[in-house]
Amino acid sequence: MANDAAAHDHHDHKPPFWTRWLCSTNHKDIGTLYLAISMVAAIIGGSMSWYLRLELAEPGIQFIHDFQFYNVLVTAHGFIMVFFVVMPAMIGGFGNWFIPLMIGAPDMAFPRMNNISFWLLAAGFILLLLSAVVGDGPGTGWTVYPPLSSSEFQPGPSVDFGILALHVAGASSILGAINLIVTILNMRAPGMTIHRMPLFVWAILITAILLLLALPVLAGALTMLLTDRNFGTHFFDPGAGGDPILWQHLFWFFGHPEVYIIIIPAFGIISQVVSTFSRKPVFGYLGMAYAMSAIGVVGFVVWAHHMYTVGLNVDTRAYFTAATMVIAVPTGIKIFSWLATMWGGSIRLEVPMLYAIAFIFLFVVGGVTGVTLANASADLVMHDTYYVVAHFHYVMGLSAILGMFAGFYYWIGKMSGKQYPKGLAKWQFWFFVIGVNVLFFPQHFAGLAGMPRRIPDYPDSYAGWNLISSIGALITAIGTLLFFVVLWRTLTSSEKVVANQWGEGATTLEWTVDSPAPFHTHEVLPDMTGKAPAE
Amino acid sequence: MANRGQNNGRTALLLFVVVGGMVGLSFASVPLYRLFCQVTGYGGTTQLSENTEPVKISDRTIKVRFDSNTSPKLPWRFKPVQKEMTVRLGEQALAFFEAENMSDTKITGQATYNVTPYKVGPYFNKIACFCFDEQVLMPGETASMPVQFYVDPEIFDDPNTREVKTITLSYTFFRSENEDNPEQLKDKTAPKVSGRVISQNQIN
Repeated sequence: MANDAAAHDHHDHKPPFWTRWLCSTNHKDIGTLYLAISMVAAIIGGSMSWYLRLELAEPGIQFIHDFQFYNVLVTAHGFIMVFFVVMPAMIGGFGNWFIPLMIGAPDMAFPRMNNISFWLLAAGFILLLLSAVVGDGPGTGWTVYPPLSSSEFQPGPSVDFGILALHVAGASSILGAINLIVTILNMRAPGMTIHRMPLFVWAILITAILLLLALPVLAGALTMLLTDRNFGTHFFDPGAGGDPILWQHLFWFFGHPEVYIIIIPAFGIISQVVSTFSRKPVFGYLGMAYAMSAIGVVGFVVWAHHMYTVGLNVDTRAYFTAATMVIAVPTGIKIFSWLATMWGGSIRLEVPMLYAIAFIFLFVVGGVTGVTLANASADLVMHDTYYVVAHFHYVMGLSAILGMFAGFYYWIGKMSGKQYPKGLAKWQFWFFVIGVNVLFFPQHFAGLAGMPRRIPDYPDSYAGWNLISSIGALITAIGTLLFFVVLWRTLTSSEKVVANQWGEGATTLEWTVDSPAPFHTHEVLPDMTGKAPAE
Repeated sequence: MANRGQNNGRTALLLFVVVGGMVGLSFASVPLYRLFCQVTGYGGTTQLSENTEPVKISDRTIKVRFDSNTSPKLPWRFKPVQKEMTVRLGEQALAFFEAENMSDTKITGQATYNVTPYKVGPYFNKIACFCFDEQVLMPGETASMPVQFYVDPEIFDDPNTREVKTITLSYTFFRSENEDNPEQLKDKTAPKVSGRVISQNQIN
């Protein structure tokens, strides 16, 4: 504390506005920029989904008469939420802000590379938005399967813009991942051994390694698609010796690790929050760390469970079914360890903890439907129905967003130095959590009844569950609006928080620096030698 | 500090090499994928037999059905001459398809193929097939397209495939992308599957 107070006195002069925000090399400022772009993207991507739910509230066509436009909305919603909401907030936002703070490093390993990571992401987002206004927009779904994504069925430059957007965003993520890995491996404070790192740092390290291995495969596949569309190659054209199934293998070799890239940082946040508000170290720290590692490793050998209907032979399907179910083991270790952390703990139901408990509940629901879908035989029936939509929204949509909210309420005091309005934040929590459950739980029933995904109209028999689902979307929208009210009230609040606002349970290094965290922190490295693991 | 900078640089370089390696792997997957399907008969990929001497002919028989599809972009009528035939395991058989160019332009086509059930791919051997070459049809021309094959008797020894009584051999004709200049490109692109090119004369 004394060291940081000294740092605050001497080194807290910030660059002028434009230099500070456009040419930023400070990990906290870049983290703030990431969080800001994530919120902007969340409003855009969320609005798209509310518009879709508006159309789907009743059978028949009410609002979206152009079906290509419907597909464009579905596609853009997926891309924006995955690449421009969850990843920037979790990895770029909280990762940049808190990895150096938690490991006791003064900044990231490559501050200028950090800057270009952010601006590449911004460029990618603009390219993606442009893809919707040049030509008909990309109506391919986020999976971009050929032949639907080939120049025959998606003529015009839209899909090419989308491909370039993903290339640029992918390059941004790869640079960011390299930066995070180097920082975590080389820049830990003395005594902060690998086995003493907080679990959020573990989570980001594993996520960054997954990014490094998965994203180049997407880049390769997208390049093949780009040359197929524009330069006369035939990677995915069966008429000239190619094979569209190759795309699915490459895409899901990236796509399955990608869903863990989205959820593992949330695991990290939830571990910090559950520990802090139970006033106990996390139960089974090493088990938690290696469970995440195991999820990362196994995540690379289960990709074809997305492809049970392409004609895999029975032995292959048996393997992918078994391998997929194996993932339930390390995931179960995490769930039970969180419960064991809470067991006998001195629990405080502050808003971050409410979100953490809701996360555990929703993640279990999504995990159970995941085990159901892992069965190749059962999946043949449920493939491409709303059951799948409900499943992946529970595990990677809602769980990730709840993890982000937990992280926001947990750390906003550290980031802004201000106290969030506690009462309003609880309203926000209840609106959002009830809303998303009313929104997505009925979709399981619609899906089991056979309602296909990605359609703007449906038979009358699905009307009931769809109406409930759309009402849930409205409640979720209110919860989302309330979040921005909370954000505004927090940033304009005059109520300051102390360095360690959570008290006894908050043991990680970010709570040893002032709130708001000074522009430069840990200039004198904290010495962790001989101390207990941070969690 | 300089030491740390060097370490960081070295680690980052290593990570960039990993990224490069993964990009390379994604492109290497294209030939590997094809090789994998050919070697394992995955997805009903049939085998190409270099051996024109028949393996031991068994008394057991199996029914082979024929299926034909045409890409909507290819104005051809394409049908099997016989709907099905019963062959003895190991016995060479010759089946014919018939294609007619319904348009008034010269068109080049290329057929893709597989067998179902997929698991019999490793046992279905083609000795000669029109699908190994691009096919050119003049306006209104009708051509007979042969395929010579045998079913490996080992299909009966494999516990996974011994219950199979019927194999469906399916073709889909696509319009060739090289049709602007088929004569010139034919030699280069014909052997899509292997280095072996079989002309119609050899078969007949």
